[in-house]
Amino acid sequence: MSNWFYLHGRAFAQALRRLASQPLGTLLSALVVGIALSLPAAGYLLIDNVASLARGVSGTPEISVFMMQDASAEDIAAAERRLRGDVQLAGYRHVTKDEALHQLEKSGLGDVLGGLAANPLPDAFIVTPRGEDPALYDSLHARFAAWPGVAHVQLDSAWVKRLHALLGLGRSAVLLLAGLLGFALVIVTFNTIRLQILTQRHEIDVSRLLGATDPFIRRPFYWFGSLQGLLGGCVALATVWATVQALGRPVASLAETYGAVFALSGPGLPESAAILGFAAFLGWLGSAISVRRHLAERLR
Amino acid sequence: MIVFNEVVKRYPGGYTALAGVSFEIRHGELAVLSGHSGAGKSTLLKLIAAIERPTSGSVSINGQDVPALRPRAIPYLRRNLGLVLQEHRLLYDRSVYDNVMLPLVIAGHPARDAVKRVAAALERVGLAGREREMPAGLSGGEQQRVAIARAIVNRPTILIADEPTAHLDTAYANEIANLFKSFNAAGVTVLVSTHDERLFAQHSPRRLVLSKGLLQGVGA
Repeated sequence: MSNWFYLHGRAFAQALRRLASQPLGTLLSALVVGIALSLPAAGYLLIDNVASLARGVSGTPEISVFMMQDASAEDIAAAERRLRGDVQLAGYRHVTKDEALHQLEKSGLGDVLGGLAANPLPDAFIVTPRGEDPALYDSLHARFAAWPGVAHVQLDSAWVKRLHALLGLGRSAVLLLAGLLGFALVIVTFNTIRLQILTQRHEIDVSRLLGATDPFIRRPFYWFGSLQGLLGGCVALATVWATVQALGRPVASLAETYGAVFALSGPGLPESAAILGFAAFLGWLGSAISVRRHLAERLR
Repeated sequence: MIVFNEVVKRYPGGYTALAGVSFEIRHGELAVLSGHSGAGKSTLLKLIAAIERPTSGSVSINGQDVPALRPRAIPYLRRNLGLVLQEHRLLYDRSVYDNVMLPLVIAGHPARDAVKRVAAALERVGLAGREREMPAGLSGGEQQRVAIARAIVNRPTILIADEPTAHLDTAYANEIANLFKSFNAAGVTVLVSTHDERLFAQHSPRRLVLSKGLLQGVGA
């Protein structure tokens, strides 16, 4: 096992030396990979930010459960018990008919209600579901409506559905873009490794004659591709960060004009790790395909 | 021990390099393979190193049937052979030290032991103190010595050299011939191909003479 680590360490160092020996080529490759990767990465962040902005502007979607005017105290208590024990809910608020009346009076409509003999408003529960899946809202709506004493369940999920559809479309577009650009990156690495193999064919042949195994010859190319991808990932991250920094203030100002407080957020640790890992994987994949294709004849 | 039994090597296109060659070189022998250009000397050495496969017949190295080896076993066979090739095949962007170190790196030798072996190999070929020099700055004879140091650094049981004295003047060629004799004296089986048998004549080697793909003479 220690020999395995030694050989990988040596291949890693060899790949680093090759990268360092051609700084301009390394820089250009990293820029190509980085700029290509920054597009889907920025797209993903844009969607993430839009989702959080939409939540901030529209508030968390809620369901209003209106009890019947003549609902018994038992029905109201039973409904509250069910809501309290429901794991699909993030929370709920009981608005008694007296509170509702008080709020209406405070809103300036007290005079309208003054002429009525009794409080016409029912008890109500304002329910906040856990999550924003439209299917959850539909199922909760159906369930609440079937409870005894419930007169009406009001759910405005149309905007939730539209938002989900839009975000889903955006995510699909980002995935497609990532797939296409990822393919392009594999091709870039494939070609870089092809050139590496051509320039090092003498060393490869000599190593073979001295007893080098196929993995020994392939390993430095794998590391080279992965490191090149990783460098590209770093460029992509830096590009996204620079974009977030540049657009942060104008976007915050724009949000203020809509009465919202909003700050663009850059990639967090998991997103950064994912971008770097994806970039390194693409580099490895390109090198693996290229090595398999171009070394096969030399290794035979 | 190297055993060839009725070995035929025919290249695509019909050219027959070896036309039924049989011989045996015992452990610890010094053998000189001679013959005119195109006689089949290089092909014979390539068959030993599994660089080529025979069309028919068998090649056995230390009891291993070379043509029957799986591709992944061939590198391990080569690690037990010291190969000195016709054109040095040195890496010219690496130092003398790195060139000689390469077989040890490939074999995954521990670093501390490898450093000692490289120093010993360079000392053996008379290049101690030249480790940091680049091959391009060395003379033809010195480059050949680097190639020989690289071939012996793994302490092979069999040393094979293809025209190691070609393009060298007589003084250098004699030095190289003496080196091979000294390795043989240390117990290494040595097979050297050469145009000029006289270089090795004083060492009383086993003689293999090839002509047009056939072994014309085998003898001391």
